[in-house]
Order: sequence, then structure tokens, then C-alpha cells
Amino acid sequence: MNKIISVFIGLAISFLAFGSSFAGNTINGAGATFPYPVYSAWAYEYNKVSGVKLNYQSIGSGGGIRQIVNKTVDFGASDAPLKPEELKKNNLIQFPAVIGGVVPVVNIRGIKAGELRLDSDILSMIYLGEINYWDNEKIKQINPGKALPHKEITVVHRSDGSGTTAIFTDYLSVISSDWKEKVGAGTSVKWPVGIGGKGNEGVANYVKRLDYSIGYVEFAYAKQNSLAHTILKNSAGQFVEPSFNSFKAAADSGDFDPKKDFYLWLNNAPGKKAWPIAGATFILLAKEKKGSNINVVKFYEWAFEKGDKTAEELVYIPLPVSLKNKVRAYWKSYNIY
Amino acid sequence: MRHKKNPVDLIFLLVSGLASLSVIALIVGILFTLISESSLSIEKFGLWGFISSTDWNPVKESFGAATNLFGTAITTVLSILIAVPVAIGIAIFVTEIAPNFLKGPIGAAIELLAAIPSIIYGMWGLFTLAPIMANYIEPALQKSIGSLPLVGMLFEGTPMGIDLLTASVILSIMIIPFTASISRDAFNLTPAVIKESAYALGATKWEVVRSIVLPYSKLGVFGGIVLSLGRALGETMAVAFVLGNNHQITSSLFDAAATITVTLANEFTEADTDIYLSSLFYLALLLFLMSFIILALAKFFILKAERKYP
Repeated sequence: MNKIISVFIGLAISFLAFGSSFAGNTINGAGATFPYPVYSAWAYEYNKVSGVKLNYQSIGSGGGIRQIVNKTVDFGASDAPLKPEELKKNNLIQFPAVIGGVVPVVNIRGIKAGELRLDSDILSMIYLGEINYWDNEKIKQINPGKALPHKEITVVHRSDGSGTTAIFTDYLSVISSDWKEKVGAGTSVKWPVGIGGKGNEGVANYVKRLDYSIGYVEFAYAKQNSLAHTILKNSAGQFVEPSFNSFKAAADSGDFDPKKDFYLWLNNAPGKKAWPIAGATFILLAKEKKGSNINVVKFYEWAFEKGDKTAEELVYIPLPVSLKNKVRAYWKSYNIY
Repeated sequence: MRHKKNPVDLIFLLVSGLASLSVIALIVGILFTLISESSLSIEKFGLWGFISSTDWNPVKESFGAATNLFGTAITTVLSILIAVPVAIGIAIFVTEIAPNFLKGPIGAAIELLAAIPSIIYGMWGLFTLAPIMANYIEPALQKSIGSLPLVGMLFEGTPMGIDLLTASVILSIMIIPFTASISRDAFNLTPAVIKESAYALGATKWEVVRSIVLPYSKLGVFGGIVLSLGRALGETMAVAFVLGNNHQITSSLFDAAATITVTLANEFTEADTDIYLSSLFYLALLLFLMSFIILALAKFFILKAERKYP
């Protein structure tokens, strides 16, 4: 019996010892699933140059927020920005890390990628179930000369809670007061119509398979799958294609304010070339964990300096230089840079 | 008694006793966690209010379990309806009809079916079964029995393959091995003497199965069915891929719905408000209680069967 106990104690001690010896070289983060691929790619490269290991668990934004509030991780990650008052309440600070966009995709026979034009009105009415057929007058009007079939629209949305849905529903809330009133914005909402696909791959799969359907996916998924993306009318009245340039234009036009802890959605951005549905994904730090915050900031500083190429390879949009500088100044104001 | 003086025996007793006690402690602990985590939601919505409300609106922070309970009940019952006849057929074939050289391979195939991880069923369901259902089976159903009055209501709408029917079919495939192997064991309990006497009297195979094997093993088979019910109730990943997770109560089997487990799997990670999270825990608590009751029922029937025909 004594032997067993001593073995257990020995094991416990060695675990503790291992834990503490690694603590200085490991950054623990948890949260949003959307930026997981780029964070882990950055972590891999950063580990090679610095020896510091980043352990990121993509447990979802909600979990990330809870874990950083309880201070069980060094940083939390959330697809939706927290409001300044919420940050204050939990003693957190927040900065954007990378930008992602959402693209409506369709599957209509005879319509190829980039051929169908939509505007905010039509998009919100389709998702509210008020426009039911592809040959609706409103759609015809902005797509002159296109042969639109008299077929029912199958609406596809996400079935799981997600940052993609948060960005998309925030966009619909911004542009349609009807949507804001009836449905609202969030990581999961009460959808008036449509079927739900699990994850981006689920939505992409349904749209590919179901004729006359419409769905929304992250930019990367629209690009990598052979899905027919749509052209959207932005707030400047221009029709834009989803591309790195139009996302960058959206990011440039966004007035991220460090005083508000960068609380901003990039939806319906004012730039002439800006893609209207986009948002940054955010990093949350606990104010009092200064030591680990410095390590986290070092990692993101490296990512800002050297990580743009990796991010673009994975179809994420890096922050514009001006915004990076704002974030650096923000770090400085908290003495962690 | 003198064994007690042996220290090895004492340690053995202690360790095995603690191990079994820890299971009970674990279950009580889980139940306690579920109750305490869901207390916020229990306070706000109450029991009846939560069960009867069909609203599931994270934005307005109004939650009700009715849609989830509906989806869980329909998929579970439907999958049992599909699986039980097939499973009993398999069990009868393996115990009474199949020649010996076939019994092994069939038994192994059934056990393999049980060993496939549910995520694989889910992927297969999404990429293979759902298109087949949408393109062939569901339109065929609509054309044949869909035009009947009343029953036709079950088959309304555009077949998309992401619906209650597809989810139930996947579930039924997953529970067939359980029902089949428990039924087989129950059939094997039938005393050989009685069966042989019946054959000696000139009974056919069908008559023996119908009048002797089935009545003898009734309770055991029933226990097996209830056990599969428990499994169907808790199945998550496979259903999550093909059910759509729409919180709605519909009359058509061709509509998307949500079950408790699917809602938990889909929404737990991004549940960002306290009441949202608490309501998910409340759903989990309901599922825990339902599974507990069903398993208790199953145990009851199996025990009764064993006592009757030892």
C-alpha cells in the first residue's frame, strides 16, 4: 500500500515539475474556431524561431471568453468583439488579430461564380423568407438580362453556433431594421427559414448539392470549394467581388478605435471597393496577468511582422499596417509591449 | 473470516470496493453538476415552462425544450420502428435458421457494425446517405404513400435529405447491432428440449419461432429494445450531420429538426451568455433523467426475463 502511495506521490510531483518547467515557454490560449488554422500555423513557425510553444484550443468563442474571465488561459479568442463595458467589468483588454469575411454563395443552374448580383435588401428578405423565388422582381432588376428561373429558393444557414453566423447576422441587422427587430444578431439565432448545415463544410456541401439554394460561408471556403459566389452591392452603391482587395478595402475603411478597445464590426464598411460582410477576430487578455500578456503580445507582434504571408496563404486577411500600429500603441498604453 | 488477516486480501477488497463506489460517486457528481449549472435556467423558466415552450432564441434569451424533445422523441421512436423488425429477423436467422458456417460471419458483421465510430456514420450520412435519400428514396415515398390523406402529411415538402427521416435511418443502422445481439441471446435462452419436442410433433420452423421461441424470449427482447432506445436517445455526432438543427416542430418527416444531443453539440461551444449556457445544461439534465429512466426499465425487464427462464 505504501509503495502504491509513494508511486502516486512521485507521479504527482513529476507532473508538477514538468508543468512548471514548461510554463515559461508555453503560451496557452483558447477560443474561436474560425482563426484556429492561422493561429496554429503561426504557432508552428514562431516555435521554430523562438522556442516558445503556443498551445491554442479551438473550443469556440464562448468558451474562450469564459476561460479568460476565469484566467485559466493566457489569452482568449473571440470572433465577436466584446463591448468596452463588458471588458471593463471583467478587467480584460482586447485587440484584433486577423480579418475574415463572409461570402454568400448560390447554386442556380446556368449562373456561374460572380454572375449573380445581390444587395442588402434582397439578402435580408431572402433570409427572412420574404423573397421565395429566384425570379423575384427585385433580383431581376439588378440582374438585367440574366435568365433567372422560377424556382423556390432553398435557404441554408449554419446549424452550429459560429463566428461566421455572428458576422453575417450582424450585417443583416445593420442593413435591415426588419431583421434587427425580428431576428437580431448572434453566434446562433432563431432562423425564420431554411435548413442548417454543420460547420462551413456542412453549408458548402448543402449548397453544392441542393439546386437553387443560397448559403453563406467564410471567404476561404468560398475560394477553396467550387462554389458560385455572388457579387454584393456595398454601402457606396458599388457592386464588388469578394477578393483580398475588397476585404482589405473594408479593413482600411474601418475606424478601429483603441479607446473603445477596437470594438467594431467591419460590416457595411464605407469604402468604394469594400466588401460589405467582414469582421476581425479578437484576442482577449486579462489585465492583471502582465507577465503572460507580454509573452502573448510578443507572439502577435511576431505574427504582425512576419505572419502576413502565412495568413494570406490560408485565405485570411492580415490587418492593415495602420491598424497594426494602433494595436501596438494600445499595447504600449498597458505597458505590455 | 481468516482471509481478512491477509493484507493482500484487504487491499484487494479496498481497491475493488473503492473502484465501484467511485462509479456511484461519479454519477451523483454529474447529476449534481447538471443541476447546479442549470439552476439559473430552472429559476427563470421553471420545469413546465421550459418543457412546453417551443421558443429557442439565443438572441432574445428565451429558451424552451419542446422542439428538442420533439426531435429526440421522433428520431428515437422512428429508428426503433425501423430497427426492431430487422434486428429480430437477424436474430431469428442466426439462432434458428442459418447453417453453422454462416453464423460466425454474420455475427462478426453485426459486431463490426457496432464498432464503427458514430462520427463515421455521420460523415457517411452527410455525403452518401443524404443524397440517396433526397434523390431516390424520399421522392419515391412522396409519389407512393405521399398522396394518401393524413399519412401524406408526413411526406410533405421538398426532399433535401437533411431531415428527421434520414437521421432516423442512420440511427436505426446504429442500433440494429444492439437489438440483434440482445435478441439473439434471449432466443438462445429458449430450452432446447421444448423446441425439439415441438419439432417432434411436426411443427414447422415458423411455428416453432412464433409459438415457442418468441413467447419465451419476449421480455429479453423487450429489454434489448429499451436498451437500444437509450442508445438512440443519446446518439449525437451521426445525427448532428444529417438533422439540420432547426428548432421547430413539424408534421413532415422531410423537415429539419433538432434533438437534445445535437443542440448541445452544436451550440455549447459558442454559447456566450450565462442563461444560454444554463439552458443547455438544463437540456442535458432532462436527457440524463430520460436515459436513466429508460435504462432502469431495460434492466427491470431483463432481470425479470432471467428470473423467469434461468
